[in-house]
Amino acid sequence: MDWGQILNNTLSFMLSTETIGFMLAALGLAIHFGYAGLLNFGMAGFMAIGAYGYAISILSFGFPWWAAMGVSIAGAVVFAVLLGIPTLRLRADYLAIVTIAAAEIVRLLFQTQLFDEWTNSADGLGGYHASFRDANPLPAGSFTLGPWSYTSDQWWARLFGLVLVAVAVLLVWLIMRSPWGRVLKGIREDEDAVRSLGKNVFAYKMQALVLGGVLGSLGGVVIALPSAVIPQYYLPSLTFFVWTALLLGGAATIFGPVLGAVIYWALMAFLSGVLPAMAGEGWLPMTETQAGYLRYVLVGLALMLLVAFRPQGLLGNKKEMTFVK
Amino acid sequence: MPPTTSFPERPCVRRPWHLLGVLLAVLLVALSPVAALAQGGSDPSQVGVDEYDDVVTVNIRYDNEPVEGARVVLSGGGFEAEAVTSDRGQARIGVPTTDPYEVLVDEETLPEGVTVTGDNPLTVSYGSQFFQPANFFLGEGERETTSFLDQFVERLINGLNFGLMLALASIGLSLIFGTTGLTNFAHAEMVTLGAIVALVFGVDLGWPIWLAILLAVVLSGAFGWLIDAGIWRPLRRRGIGLVQMMILTIGFSLALRYVFQFFIGGGTSQLPGAGGTKHQILGPIRLSTIDMVSMGLSLVVLLAVAYWLLRTRTGKATRAVADNRPLAAASGIDVEGVTRIVWVAGAALAGLSGVLWAYFRPGIKWDMGMQILLLIFAAVVLGGLGTAFGALLGALIIGILVEVSTLWIPSDIKYVGALGVLIIILLVRPQGLLGRTARIG
Amino acid sequence: MSSNQPSHDDDHLVATEDLAPTVHGEKAVDLATGPARPGVPKKDPILVADHITRSFGGVHAVDVDHVEIPRHAITALIGPNGAGKTTLFNLLSGFDRPDTGEWEFNGRSLAGIPAWKAARRGQVRTFQLTKVLNRLTVLDSMKLGASKQKGESLLFSVLPFTWRAQEKQIEERALVLLEKFRLLDKKDDYAAALSGGQRKLLEMARALMTDPEFVLLDEPMAGVNPALVQSLLDHVVNLKREGMTVLFVEHDMHMVRHIADWVVVMAEGRVVAEGPPQEVMKDEAVVDAYLGSHLDQDIGVITGRYDEEGNRIP
Repeated sequence: MDWGQILNNTLSFMLSTETIGFMLAALGLAIHFGYAGLLNFGMAGFMAIGAYGYAISILSFGFPWWAAMGVSIAGAVVFAVLLGIPTLRLRADYLAIVTIAAAEIVRLLFQTQLFDEWTNSADGLGGYHASFRDANPLPAGSFTLGPWSYTSDQWWARLFGLVLVAVAVLLVWLIMRSPWGRVLKGIREDEDAVRSLGKNVFAYKMQALVLGGVLGSLGGVVIALPSAVIPQYYLPSLTFFVWTALLLGGAATIFGPVLGAVIYWALMAFLSGVLPAMAGEGWLPMTETQAGYLRYVLVGLALMLLVAFRPQGLLGNKKEMTFVK
Repeated sequence: MPPTTSFPERPCVRRPWHLLGVLLAVLLVALSPVAALAQGGSDPSQVGVDEYDDVVTVNIRYDNEPVEGARVVLSGGGFEAEAVTSDRGQARIGVPTTDPYEVLVDEETLPEGVTVTGDNPLTVSYGSQFFQPANFFLGEGERETTSFLDQFVERLINGLNFGLMLALASIGLSLIFGTTGLTNFAHAEMVTLGAIVALVFGVDLGWPIWLAILLAVVLSGAFGWLIDAGIWRPLRRRGIGLVQMMILTIGFSLALRYVFQFFIGGGTSQLPGAGGTKHQILGPIRLSTIDMVSMGLSLVVLLAVAYWLLRTRTGKATRAVADNRPLAAASGIDVEGVTRIVWVAGAALAGLSGVLWAYFRPGIKWDMGMQILLLIFAAVVLGGLGTAFGALLGALIIGILVEVSTLWIPSDIKYVGALGVLIIILLVRPQGLLGRTARIG
Repeated sequence: MSSNQPSHDDDHLVATEDLAPTVHGEKAVDLATGPARPGVPKKDPILVADHITRSFGGVHAVDVDHVEIPRHAITALIGPNGAGKTTLFNLLSGFDRPDTGEWEFNGRSLAGIPAWKAARRGQVRTFQLTKVLNRLTVLDSMKLGASKQKGESLLFSVLPFTWRAQEKQIEERALVLLEKFRLLDKKDDYAAALSGGQRKLLEMARALMTDPEFVLLDEPMAGVNPALVQSLLDHVVNLKREGMTVLFVEHDMHMVRHIADWVVVMAEGRVVAEGPPQEVMKDEAVVDAYLGSHLDQDIGVITGRYDEEGNRIP
């Protein structure tokens, strides 16, 4: 068993664009669920809209990368508003079902042959990287920082993603300690009480849905930046992986989602190295492929145990538990 | 499954109509080490052969001469692709899984006065190493066009079959929601479990299939009892909130799904008799023996459930608890006992629907339940959460809607219609068709 | 009715009597324009409602022809269980929509106006089952109540300097109110940690942060520890002294009698009687609808707050 390789891979994944994208998406979910109490089970839909909005704008319409990101953000705003107008008045469990259904509709529409001209249906999109790479301010070549060694373009995608995360964290921190955040937390606790105090609950929920959705969409963009956009990635399970990362860190915290995403992907990378290796060594009674599936079983179990025994997550306050209702 | 490593950076060359696309493609093709392979993408007879490991080969011949320029459409399991035959009368289409696929020749693209003589579409399935080729033979003849009405009737019957299967799964979900308030995302895995048990006993152990199906139902019910006693009842006792419980079922669903994949792998297996030939029954109605048995079985079981709910003591108690749990508890009904019965019955029904779903798809796969979970939700919500007969009605409507809608929309978005119905019904009538409005205050 | 009053109940009355020593004299005299009867016009109504109906599954929960609530007075809404009091509350405050009906607040129609807009016009309500914001601190709950906060707009929320001064004023007001409601030492606790009575106090204090004109209290005394009842009554009476109008739902006739200036009686969704408390208690329609077969007992006994001996049940 090659411990060095496994450890290296784990460390490398802590700074992958997928991890950074998860940070943004989990932060978006924190606004939705942790602060506003909205059960959004359709984060994968927002991420798909971000990634496809970015790729299609570049490939079909020749947009520069920054304008393509603008399209992703606009797409998320439109999706959030379309989703929110009818559903924000619904009960929590209904909202959960509607959001997951809406996200599936989005995925199926990106996957169908019907719009093949723009989406390339089930094969997905690639080859939209030139514009973003042209904007790379870093000198060419490879750089190493501690355990992380990447090419200039890889660093550029990661640094860009991290800047987005930093801005998002600052933004969420600012708004959640303002009177706006206080109203939102009030809505999470009891929306009728907040309504009786003269606050337009619907408008606040909508703003939260849009804001979190935009972060999810940017998460989708960051994940797609150096890779490709494939519809099968945006299954409902993607939403639940983001949820796991969020609950791991703490739903009603600022740094919880960031930490949760890092731990989630570090654990996934570690397990994907160590479990098949253990099976290969004969320490586990299974094939290496089976050992690969095992880590997802562990994700499911981890989600269950977290919710049952540590609902406030790693960084949350025990008193400010995530689930009182 | 979402890939956990970076995606392959694949050049995009299927959009030569756009200048920028071409430029990007040229740039990337020049840079890319897979440039040679990528050129295959522009050949309409070779579709997706680089992306996927498995390839379906289609041969079209007329009088032993290859037919060029015929359009073929391959579909199955939500995947769809099309290609045009080459000068050798051949098309190759890459496919993501080893499930069976349907290959259809577009007769409009064949030479004048020529039609397919055999089955069209053909179903291709995976042999031991690769897909059997789809060989079409053409002959002279009048092109047979199915009338709209005939197509409609055929899909209606198909939809009825699908709807009855959905109903079995939906009633369980609805009753569990009614009695405990739990939105159970792991219901999908209870569907898959039934199919897998039938697979283990009916195929791996070679027992008679009727016995395997019976065992699937019984063991599914036992599993329902087990998870109620082992997980949900202790959590209910701890007073865990419903939102928390719902997220717990999601974790449970994930874990179970990958446990299934752990044991049966990522491929597809068939139950004996799946995908059998269809007989002409009456006019345009063509059904296989399996279809008929499946519909008959669903009907009998649904009637039995209806009888149980309406006429027996425990059935009436179940409806009372589903209607109003505190009131039922106050009037002396053993609510925990009823909940246990509902978990067992709901899981058994889900198991049976899993077996029927395995025949309908056809095929058994680790995430097959998840594929219809949202349709089950749609059925339950449409009928009215917590009402058993609402779930039945909702399932039939959803099943028929999904199948019939393919007359107008491509089959790869046929679920979109059902999900749209789910959303619309929650907006205009959140209590569902058979639910009642609740009193506020 | 007053003849049925058990004499040994006086101990309790003394205390409440102290709270509102003058109400008896001034109440009712000049509120209505004519003799007390259902729907009687008031000299200065703050709220006028017409033809309000609401049914659930064919049952008329509320069917009110005409009712007016007098300004600068404490009006009690009483009636047996299922009379439609809370449903009427929900309708008037915009938390539920009536099947038919029109109502005006300060001369402006409120029909079809959502709850939050009604609250902004100065009509605030509390709930029968107290709605506290569990995971907000007491002080934060109070500050949430204040209206017209600049920092509550998303745009300004990220610019703390735009709202900091206002926030400070709000905090000062909140602290004054908390002091009054004896919750000051709890200001940093989560609302979830408060007792039932403290929650009622917090809910009322939070409502006052909106600077209301008209306060609707849904069973303000229900489930409150007797030791806190005094202080709650105090606060209700004080609201009137500070110029507000109060409408409250209550079962406990002792309280109704001692703080209400006007009483509206509902039964089976309708207003069956109204008038000053002493007169209403003698009204036959009230006796029929509300007291039923318990005519020989004190209402306090019926509602379970007092035992047969007239002692308060803790």
